[in-house]
Amino acid sequence: MSAVTKLFGSFAALNGIDLSVARGEKVVVCGPSGSGKSTLIRCINHIEKHDGGSIVVDGCILDHKAANVDRVRREVGMVFQSFNLFPHMSVLANCMLAPMLVRGLKAVEAEEVAIGFLRRVRIADQATKYPSQLSGGQQQRVAIARAMCMRPKIMLLDEPTSALDPEMVKEVLDTMMELGARASVDGMTMICVAHEMGFAREVADRVIFMDEGAIVEEGAPEQFFCQPKTQRARNFLSRILH
Amino acid sequence: MTADWVSGYGLQLLWGVVTTLSVTLMALIIGTVFGISLGAVKIYGAKPFRYSAEVYTALVRGVPDLIIIYLIYFGGTVALTKLTGRYVDINGFAAGVASLAFIFAAYASDIFRGAIKQVPRGQFDAAHALGLSRRAAFLRIILPQAWRLALPGFGNLAIILIKQTSLISVIGLEELLRASSVISGATRQPFLVYSVTAILYLIMTSFASWGFRHARIWSNRGFA
Repeated sequence: MSAVTKLFGSFAALNGIDLSVARGEKVVVCGPSGSGKSTLIRCINHIEKHDGGSIVVDGCILDHKAANVDRVRREVGMVFQSFNLFPHMSVLANCMLAPMLVRGLKAVEAEEVAIGFLRRVRIADQATKYPSQLSGGQQQRVAIARAMCMRPKIMLLDEPTSALDPEMVKEVLDTMMELGARASVDGMTMICVAHEMGFAREVADRVIFMDEGAIVEEGAPEQFFCQPKTQRARNFLSRILH
Repeated sequence: MTADWVSGYGLQLLWGVVTTLSVTLMALIIGTVFGISLGAVKIYGAKPFRYSAEVYTALVRGVPDLIIIYLIYFGGTVALTKLTGRYVDINGFAAGVASLAFIFAAYASDIFRGAIKQVPRGQFDAAHALGLSRRAAFLRIILPQAWRLALPGFGNLAIILIKQTSLISVIGLEELLRASSVISGATRQPFLVYSVTAILYLIMTSFASWGFRHARIWSNRGFA
C-alpha cells in the first residue's frame, strides 16, 4: 500500500502510510491507542474504506469496486478484538457458513474442514454449542478457526487478546503462535496488531510501530524491542514493559 | 333456537373466524416482507428511496386506517375499471388484505429499522471479512439477529392486526365482525352475539400472544 490515508471527519486516522508486506511474511503492528493500527489493517480488507492512496492486495487493486473488494475478502481472513462470532449460530455453523456461501463447498465438505480447524484450536468438542456458552478465550479460538476455514492467503488479527480476561490470554496466544508456525509452512501472510512482546519475538519477521496515523519505526522484533531507534518508540515501550 | 345457533349461526360465525384468520395471515406475510424491505431501505437505501419510505410511513400513520381501506377499495375499483375499460368490482378480500398489509408494513418498518440498527456493527464487519455478499450478510447474519430484537414489537403489531381485520367489514367482506352484525340483526340479540364475538377475538389474540411468547423464548436460545 502506498500513501494511504483515512479520514474520520477532519481527523486523519491514517496519514500517508507506505507499507509492503511480502507473501508469507509475519508482521506485528504495535503503537499507542488511537495510533491507527486497527484502521490500517481494517483498510486491507476494505472493512474500512481508505480515502486516499492505493492498496494492492494479492495483485488486486482495492478501488472500492464491489468485485475487487469481494475478491480481496475471499483471500483475506480476519480475527477481531471482540470475536464477532455470530451469536445465533452454533460454533460449527459459524465455521461452515462462509466456506459454503462464498467458496461453494457442500455441507459435508464444509463440516469436515470446520471440524479440522476446530480440532487444531482444540475446541472441536464444543462444536454444537452456541458462542455465548463459551468463555472469551474459547470464543476467540473459534473465531480463529472460522477465519482459517476460508483458507486465507492473508490473515489479519486485530488485537485478538486485548478483550480477554488475563487468564485466557495465554490459550489464545498459544493458538496464535501455532497459527504463526503453520503460516510459515503454508506460506500464509500474517498481519497482527498486538502488544505481546513474547508473541512478536516468537512469530514476527518484522515489527511496525505506529503513532498518530503514521509508521514511525520498523525493524526486526529483537532490534525493535531491545534497541528502539526513535524516542517515541522508547516512550511507548517503557509504558508497556514495566 | 339452540339448533339454529349450532347449525346456521354457529357455522356463519365459524366461517367469519376462518375469514378473519385468512386475512390476518395474508396481511401479516405480505406486510412483514414489505415492512422488512421498507426498514432496510430506510437504513441502506439511497436518499430518494429513503425519503420515499419515510413519506410513506408518515402518510399511513397520519391517515385513519378506515380511510385507507376505503381509498384502496374504491380507488382499486376505479383504477381497474379505467384500466380494463369495463366495470370491475374489486374483491373485498384482496382489497382488505392489501390495505391491512400496507398499514402493517408502515409500522413494522420502524420496528425492523430499530432492530437492524441494534445489531452490533462487528457483525457486519465479520460477515464482510468472511467475504459474504451484502445480501447474504443481511439475510443470514443481520436479519436473524434483528428478528429476535424485533419480536416483542412485532408480536404486538400482529395482535393489533387481528383486531384491525374487523375494520374491513365496511367493504362488505364477511369476516367475523360482519358475520356477527348480520346474525345480531337476524336474532335481535346484539348483546349476546357481540359478546360471543368478543370472546372469539379474545381466543384468537390469546393464542397469538401465547405463540409469540414461545417464539421469543425460542429466539433467545444461544443468547446469554
